Amino acid sequence: MTDPDWARREDRTEPWDRVPALGGPPPRSRPPVPGSPAAAEPVDERAERDRGWDSWGEAWADDEGHDGDWDDAPHGRGFWRSAALGVGELLVTAGMVLLLFVVYEVYVTDFLTGQRQDELSTELREQWADESPAERGSITQVEIGDAFGVLRIPRLGEDYTRVVLEGTEEKQLAQGPGHYVDSAMPGEQGNVALAGHRVGKGSPFLELDAMQAGDPVVVETRDSWFVYRVLGDDDPSGIPGMQIVSPTTVSVVSPTPDAAADAAPTGAYLTLTTCHPRYSARQRLIIHARLDGGAISKAEFPDGPDALYER
Amino acid sequence: MYSWIWRHLPGGTPSRTLISLVLVAAVAALLLFVVFPWVEPRLPFNDVTVD
Repeated sequence: MTDPDWARREDRTEPWDRVPALGGPPPRSRPPVPGSPAAAEPVDERAERDRGWDSWGEAWADDEGHDGDWDDAPHGRGFWRSAALGVGELLVTAGMVLLLFVVYEVYVTDFLTGQRQDELSTELREQWADESPAERGSITQVEIGDAFGVLRIPRLGEDYTRVVLEGTEEKQLAQGPGHYVDSAMPGEQGNVALAGHRVGKGSPFLELDAMQAGDPVVVETRDSWFVYRVLGDDDPSGIPGMQIVSPTTVSVVSPTPDAAADAAPTGAYLTLTTCHPRYSARQRLIIHARLDGGAISKAEFPDGPDALYER
Repeated sequence: MYSWIWRHLPGGTPSRTLISLVLVAAVAALLLFVVFPWVEPRLPFNDVTVD
């Protein structure tokens, strides 16, 4: 932070030298001129060093042991001046901290989450490769916090890939999209419900409002690909492809979206939830999709189903 | 405040500049890696789930 009185220091302007008549303390002695009588006087080195850097306190620097710190200032004009300066500096500092927070939210968390996603992706693929068929548990046995699948949404980018974790606590959502604990697993009857951050933390669902009817949402699990397609407005089930709801509308993640939470599922659905509008948590943006076909074997389609490449 | 800090840093202008930069970086790191991660979950604009 530069000295607020830098300019003054630059031209060595010292108002007390020029307007002693205003009633301030006597001007400080100038550096002694060689050969003049003043040269004999000892020079206070510290005062010389502070000269200019301490322009507001300087007025009170005197020979009585005060060093010119603003604490020494009497409650006069100088007190208010230094108080105003202090408040101003605090306000500027608070502004910088808030700005840094925005940078943190929008960029730093993206960076951290991106790193974490890379780690998760590597771990998940190693885990998938290492497990022998006998060791493989059912995909329904996923611990909270564990990665269990990879989400691909071509509409959000050709290389859009996010590792999905079990659980929708902030701890999981900070690493990637989270799977609602009691919702269905990919391919199952019911509703695969996933939550993801809109802004920051990798912004997985930032552009979810760009989704259109029929867009594929592909979930990769250990053995299979599952292609879900965003529902159209004229879908016979009456479930909308996209809706904006209040944060308490839990029915969107029901086994059949928008039905009661304990109603039997009428199909295999997938639901994505994120906040809406951007930078706000006032509402939720919801995308509903339905399973298109069945499981597609990864052995047959190692590079993914055709739905990933249809655009 | 800042000029008070500046006056209490040792050395000449180069040394003070260097120490100032280190201090600024330290404060920024503290905010980014300790304070903000702690504060963030307590702020209301990060809810993405329905509950």
